[in-house]
Amino acid sequence: MTAPRAFHPLARLLHWTMAVLVLTMLFIGVGMVSTVSSKHQWLLAIHKPLGITILLLVVLRIMVRLRFQPPALPADMPALMKFAAHASHWLLYALMLAMPLIGWAMLSAGGYPVMLSSSWRLPAILPASPVLFAWLREAHQYLAYLFFLTILGHMGAALYHALIRRDDVYPSMTTGFPAPVEIAEKPLEHIEPPAPEVLPPSDNAG
Amino acid sequence: MPDSSDTSPPPHPFLRWTVIAIAVTVLALAFAYVAGWLTPQRLTPQRMVSDLQTNSGLYPGFRRNHAKGVCVAGYFEGNGAASAYSTASVFEKARTPVIGRFSIPGGNPYAPDGGTPVRALGLRFNLPNGQQWRTAMINTPVFIVSTPAAFNQLTVATRPDPATGKPDPARAGAFFASHPETAAFLGWAKTNKPSASFATDRYDALNAFYFVDTHGQQHAVRWRFEPEAKDEAGAGPKADDNDYLSQDLRQRLATTPQRWHLLVTLAAPGDPTNDATKMWPADRTTIDAGTLVIESEQAQDNAPCRDINFDPTILPAGIVISDDPLLPARSAAYADSYLRRTREEARLPGVAHADTPKPETK
Repeated sequence: MTAPRAFHPLARLLHWTMAVLVLTMLFIGVGMVSTVSSKHQWLLAIHKPLGITILLLVVLRIMVRLRFQPPALPADMPALMKFAAHASHWLLYALMLAMPLIGWAMLSAGGYPVMLSSSWRLPAILPASPVLFAWLREAHQYLAYLFFLTILGHMGAALYHALIRRDDVYPSMTTGFPAPVEIAEKPLEHIEPPAPEVLPPSDNAG
Repeated sequence: MPDSSDTSPPPHPFLRWTVIAIAVTVLALAFAYVAGWLTPQRLTPQRMVSDLQTNSGLYPGFRRNHAKGVCVAGYFEGNGAASAYSTASVFEKARTPVIGRFSIPGGNPYAPDGGTPVRALGLRFNLPNGQQWRTAMINTPVFIVSTPAAFNQLTVATRPDPATGKPDPARAGAFFASHPETAAFLGWAKTNKPSASFATDRYDALNAFYFVDTHGQQHAVRWRFEPEAKDEAGAGPKADDNDYLSQDLRQRLATTPQRWHLLVTLAAPGDPTNDATKMWPADRTTIDAGTLVIESEQAQDNAPCRDINFDPTILPAGIVISDDPLLPARSAAYADSYLRRTREEARLPGVAHADTPKPETK
């Protein structure tokens, strides 16, 4: 089994959509807890439905990731860099999944009604408990900081690939090589992986 | 388009590294700015609560304000009169279970009841559809200030002097002189002696809200709970009794449930919804929307009300907040107080633990 050169278009669409949503979410979260102005209320009103949207999207994204093989990292990348790439991607997936669930669980433990709008309520997923609330609320905050730092690293690494190494990594998540390349043209919508002439066999898609 | 076979060093490497560094730094700085880390002068909920905590001292596990209180339970029986103005099911002819908490202001859970004329009532209505209505009220028709910033300045201006244990009169006086909106509250405080019973007080939501009717029409309202018990005259606590309020409540509830009427006042056009220091004229239409019946009380140490944050912005469909700037500040600050005390309850690392013994001296 060999890997395609670029990410599937659906994977790319999900990546960039969620990049915007997750960054928005992190800024909303850190902003709403540090203001006493009316922003506190409307940011809070966005934070909860947006969190559930991200939860649904990341479930879809995991399915897309499992269904469509991602491109392999360039073979000439140092082992440590490859490890950092794989580890940070696992961490990003874990945080995308965990943060909405922790937020939901935290509100449940705090005894709050989990309102996504003025009348749309999600059920509690934990019993009311101040001890659970405190742990989950702390986890939500510090994992958010970890999330943001990981995204900063991810962004820096992506730009490093784009500007310094100038390898396939950056276009594999952006344009997906639409220009005529030396391989036979294949529509990107195809479900089976495109022809693998250019890349060496994948070691591990991560 | 470069590809993986391009291994030549990039042109202008310094410029390229600079672009990467700027991109990462700008995003990190934006995050730090939004978090308030670059603007220490910003009034944050953490600062409001820390200032309250500085005034009263730290009592781990307790609320940072209104620390002294007693848990109660009962129900609200709507009569349908407010249903023309709000779709909230609590106003229909039905019983809604209520958990509540009577309290006095300040961060000291051992403060003497007679030290303040202010009494407070927090309520949480559990609606059948799982929604909640939370409200936190005090026994004055107006609040002392109209903005979060003024409240924080008041907190700082009335900070007890370490030497005397009392606020510096000059400093407090200067604050009140520069905040004429406090006059209505101060006038009330001057003429109202500390009451002898939680049961005979009225409790006023202070902030305006909007009721939303079936047509989506909003109606500006204020509400208060008016007691049926009116026997205050002549009754009074003994001078050396610091905890008479909870004892009085226990005695009353041992024989009779205590009842309050929910009175909802409808604003006329032009009545301010964003200023809790201003009363609406007395001739405004007022609806008796139902009866609050308090049936039982429990010490707050281990009763259901302990773990409730009476955030007044937690509302069922049919009620929404107004533009009163105190409401988001209350929500934000209450959340921080709730986090602090639950952290202490959970014995998280780095915080005082909730089971710290009661101090020996006052």
